[in-house]
Amino acid sequence: MSATATVRTQDAGASATRRRTGTRRRKPIERGRRRSTLLTIFVWISLIYFLVPLLWLFISTTKDNSDLFSTFGLWFGNSFQFFANIGNLFTFQGGVFWQWALNTVIYAVVSAVGATALATACGYALAKYRFRGRSAVFSLILGSIMVPLTALAIPTYLLFADMNLTDTMWAIILPSLVSPFGVYLMRVYAMDAVDDSLLEAARIDGASEYRIFGTIGIRLLGPGIVTVLLFQLVATWNNYFLPLIMLNTPSLFPVTVGLAQWQATASAGGGAQVLFSTVLTGAFVSIIPLIVAFLFLQRYWQSGIATGSVKG
Amino acid sequence: MTVLSNRARAARASGPARTPRRLDGAQTRAAWVLIAPFLLIFAAMFLAPLLYSAYLSLFTSQLVGGEVFSGLANYVRALQDPSFWAGLGRVGLFLFIQVPIMLVASIGFALALDSKRVRGGKVARLLIFVPYAVPSVVATLMWGYLYGTDFGLITQIFQALGLQAPDLLSPQNILGSTMNIVCWEFIGYNMIILYAALRAVPEDIYEAAEIDGAGQFRVAWSIKLPAIRQALLLTLIFSIIGSFQLFNEPNLLANIAPNSIGTDFTPNLYAYNVAFRNQEINYAAAIAFLLGIIIMIVSFVVQTAANRKERQA
Repeated sequence: MSATATVRTQDAGASATRRRTGTRRRKPIERGRRRSTLLTIFVWISLIYFLVPLLWLFISTTKDNSDLFSTFGLWFGNSFQFFANIGNLFTFQGGVFWQWALNTVIYAVVSAVGATALATACGYALAKYRFRGRSAVFSLILGSIMVPLTALAIPTYLLFADMNLTDTMWAIILPSLVSPFGVYLMRVYAMDAVDDSLLEAARIDGASEYRIFGTIGIRLLGPGIVTVLLFQLVATWNNYFLPLIMLNTPSLFPVTVGLAQWQATASAGGGAQVLFSTVLTGAFVSIIPLIVAFLFLQRYWQSGIATGSVKG
Repeated sequence: MTVLSNRARAARASGPARTPRRLDGAQTRAAWVLIAPFLLIFAAMFLAPLLYSAYLSLFTSQLVGGEVFSGLANYVRALQDPSFWAGLGRVGLFLFIQVPIMLVASIGFALALDSKRVRGGKVARLLIFVPYAVPSVVATLMWGYLYGTDFGLITQIFQALGLQAPDLLSPQNILGSTMNIVCWEFIGYNMIILYAALRAVPEDIYEAAEIDGAGQFRVAWSIKLPAIRQALLLTLIFSIIGSFQLFNEPNLLANIAPNSIGTDFTPNLYAYNVAFRNQEINYAAAIAFLLGIIIMIVSFVVQTAANRKERQA
């Protein structure tokens, strides 16, 4: 008990020192010292490039098809059709967009949670335990980071086709559970964030290794977990190649594949032009959740990336 | 690989020195229990497909007689296939033009925001990053419409200025148009990684240089950039891998510009079409494999070169 207490105080002392040196190094007083108007103007003008396409997309969702072609792209059309477009989007082809949105959520959430759980356990073990075979396992994972994912997709399809797993939800979820980069990031993060002396203290208190991981480990790994979770969520949410080759049944499509199919139909022309505003509204709706997630969780993932990029 | 393993070596070197601990049975067991789930899925979803398609790539399917072992014939065929080389040449060009532009822009924004001289820098940083959260399907769809001659914004702006609008979807321009989409998607992502690395450079290092009279650009070039070389190398390697894998953007642009993007526009697109249009599974496996090997060789060469330079410096 006393050992725990000592360790805790030591740890608190260490982090306080870290905080103190941190403030000394960063000198917050000087922050607003020398603003550069030129640099400010340059950066904010560049923002036009990043934001105009999104602004255009939003404005396009308020137009009907004829205004889309006849009115200026960055200003509203003759009528405000946003809600009509949303209505069309969710009722077109028997409301299949609902299904796609639901599929995307299922694929992204299940894959991200699963991949993060696997990566957290593995990364923590690689960082905090010394055992025979550790460096072999780590080298294997490092090597696999360099294997391009799309080069892996066709082989995975071939294997799944043989096992009759294509055109099922598993075909999307199972391959997305593997995130070697997630393991790498969690290992780096665990080395930094989980103090060995804290683990030793818990061991002396008689906690089992799994309990230590489940209570102390996971709590200290918080920002790292959010980072891996968010980036895996984006990767699956935005995945196009894998579902494109794996799935044939439209009711299993994620939004990306479904929208791409609608867009192909719309571009093929021949009276299908009606689809343009529906496709654009679908595109707009599909990007909202991730942008919101990134904005709300920025505190966590930014510190996660910081550790990953510095130590990486 | 060496980007990562240098760090790993350093970590290993410092680890045991700090805590000279014996191998503990309970801990070894716990470690394997925690690692096992990942390793199992990894073996099934990563190693197995690679091994299986390596195996498939050694066969040829014939009209009469079914699958026949043909050794490296598929690889020989790929190496002599003008479509494969055309795609590889195109992504090579893409790599040499798009990646430098993107990374220079990312570095520029990261340095500008790290200098704290930009008003509203925090907001600007997030807004530049936002396109990363947009799926490449949506990004391509959107830019495709912006490029389009029908109701494209770019055409509208040119017309408003009384100028002849360029056809951004023509065969001559399509590669450049694709580069622009990829830049738009990933400048912010790379910027965030580099910015995070810059923030970790202790400021006293360059405060001394500033006191000595070094200008901002001098400090950025001689102190800040060398300090974040690991992060730079990481973004470079990921960009190289990304360029070789190019698929989503050309595949979607092909819908609106069918005359500009053929079935062999990039190696990945070619492998996809070989597998799913021509139904030549074995040949597609060989192309996918060959592409993977080429990517790994290129990233290895880049890392070795970078690390050699680091040793000399």
